[in-house]
Amino acid sequence: MPLLTVANLEKAYCSPEGTQTRVVDVPHFELEAGSQTALKGSSGTGKTTFLNLIAGILHADSGQIVIDGEEMTGLSESGRDSLRASHIGYIFQTFNLLHGYTALENVVLGMMFGKGVDVEFAQHLLERVGLGDRMGYPPSQLSVGQQQRVAVARAIANRPRLVLADEPTGNLDYHRANEAIALVRAICHENNAALLTVSHDVGILEQFEETADFAHVNRA
Amino acid sequence: MSLLFIVRRSLRQHALSTLIAALSIALGTGLVMAVIGIKAQSVAAFTGGQIGFDAVLGARGSPLQLVLNTVFHLETSPGNIPWAMYQAMRDDPRVELAVPYALGDNYHGFRIVGTTRTLFTEFEYRDGVRFQTQGGGRFFNPARQEAVLGSYTADKLGLKVGDNFNPYHGLVFDESMRHDEQYTVVGVLKPTNSPSDRVIWIPIEGIYRMEGHVLRGSGEDYVAEPGREIPDEHKEVSAVMLKFRNPQIGFLMDATINKQGKAATLAWPIGAVMARLFDKIGWMNQILALVSYIVVVVAAGSILASVYNSINERRREFAILRSLGARRKTVFSVIVLEAASISAMGVVIGFIVYGVIFTAASAIVRAQTGIVLDLLSFHPAFIIAPVCVIILGAVAGVLPAVKAYRTDVAANL
Repeated sequence: MPLLTVANLEKAYCSPEGTQTRVVDVPHFELEAGSQTALKGSSGTGKTTFLNLIAGILHADSGQIVIDGEEMTGLSESGRDSLRASHIGYIFQTFNLLHGYTALENVVLGMMFGKGVDVEFAQHLLERVGLGDRMGYPPSQLSVGQQQRVAVARAIANRPRLVLADEPTGNLDYHRANEAIALVRAICHENNAALLTVSHDVGILEQFEETADFAHVNRA
Repeated sequence: MSLLFIVRRSLRQHALSTLIAALSIALGTGLVMAVIGIKAQSVAAFTGGQIGFDAVLGARGSPLQLVLNTVFHLETSPGNIPWAMYQAMRDDPRVELAVPYALGDNYHGFRIVGTTRTLFTEFEYRDGVRFQTQGGGRFFNPARQEAVLGSYTADKLGLKVGDNFNPYHGLVFDESMRHDEQYTVVGVLKPTNSPSDRVIWIPIEGIYRMEGHVLRGSGEDYVAEPGREIPDEHKEVSAVMLKFRNPQIGFLMDATINKQGKAATLAWPIGAVMARLFDKIGWMNQILALVSYIVVVVAAGSILASVYNSINERRREFAILRSLGARRKTVFSVIVLEAASISAMGVVIGFIVYGVIFTAASAIVRAQTGIVLDLLSFHPAFIIAPVCVIILGAVAGVLPAVKAYRTDVAANL
């Protein structure tokens, strides 16, 4: 049984003119446990909305999302929050670190609403991404690359079954982007988490064995 | 790490607005506790019976004026009564103790009270406790120009055993009204935390013989002459302090002296007389309480404004927390907890504010009446007020919390 199954998923937004604009229309999509898949697509094609629907941040207009046997689309908002906290890690393009917290605290926040806080594991993750000597630094005192690595550590902190990455290297130069995506892949692999990345960066997409054109996945 | 950790971080990030809101809460809480605490202790001190006497017999007039003048050494004397009235009380078997007071002089604003040694040898200002001198002093000899000082008086005037002073005529200090008689301090009383601490006691004979004093006990003017005994019929007293053998005596004397007689007034019971004063000025306390409650409400408003204004800039923070799995109610709880925490900090500082206000008020009360209010004396308001203020703070956090609760996650990431 796949870790993630998406069926007949639809999401539309109301445009300023008052008309409904369909952004996501995915008849079928699957992701196996532990697999790593990259979806290729240019800006404005609904990639982020698709990931937000999978993460339960957005509620689908219709269709099904089943994660690890649990139907996300059938859950209440708090149920989706719980499922996200326990099963999903999310790496954002802008990292979305909290600036009032240290690197370690940001990682610990990633586990706070899920299976429980494990500071030793958070420290281990930061050491794993090469920030063992930067745990007490706030994001403002870290380079962009270092911030991205904190975001990676935070995404894996709740020991998720699925990691979603939305343009995870969008703010990095080519060299650092390659290093970063390699790190994301390695760390997901080490922690037995499936990885679903969306990106428009061809260089990044080339690193994945499994890629798909989001335009083929999404009919909208 | 818990919600408290998130709250702590948030408060630290908004340290200035947090501090200002907490200080305003502190001011309100401190005011509320001070108003309630000072009122409760003042009422207890002025009406609670730790006075030692049951009643005061004095000239026909206001019982309240009589009590204020003789017990608390405030106000002017309503007049004098003949010595014979004192003698009658002294010799009445129903009266356990009768102590005459003669007033009319001061020393630098501190009242000089002429009395007998009975005050020191028989009177108990608190159950089982009599006046005692400190530092090797003694009580005055009624035949000499000697004085015994209350502890506060001695402290404020800087007088000690062996020092001499000249009384001044009148109850208000006037430099031109200096008497020629010189008195020697022979004793300083140990602190009693009562109005007696701010009095100068001299022999009652000294008041009679003070230069310029005219006795009218017999209805005719009489001026004491040196070396000649003063006939009792000329003597008069400002008041007779009374202690009855049982409470029923008070009822009987009240009927006899106040309702049937016209020669004198019996202020009885002293606590009830003072309670009527507090009833009369109760509106003032209500105004003070109202002002302090308003300060608390305004302070709660400052919490609301402080937290509410921070919500807009923190929408992204809430969205990130939500994306990490925090539920809406978690975000709501963080904000309410934050508001309650600001309130709690304010309450803690409020105890300091209370201490400052109470200490200042206590110093004024002591200087005016000699009564010492106890800063550490417990009152239920010291628990109820802080709890209510913390709850009020939490309630003030509800509106901002609702705003945070409604944060659109996807739109703010």
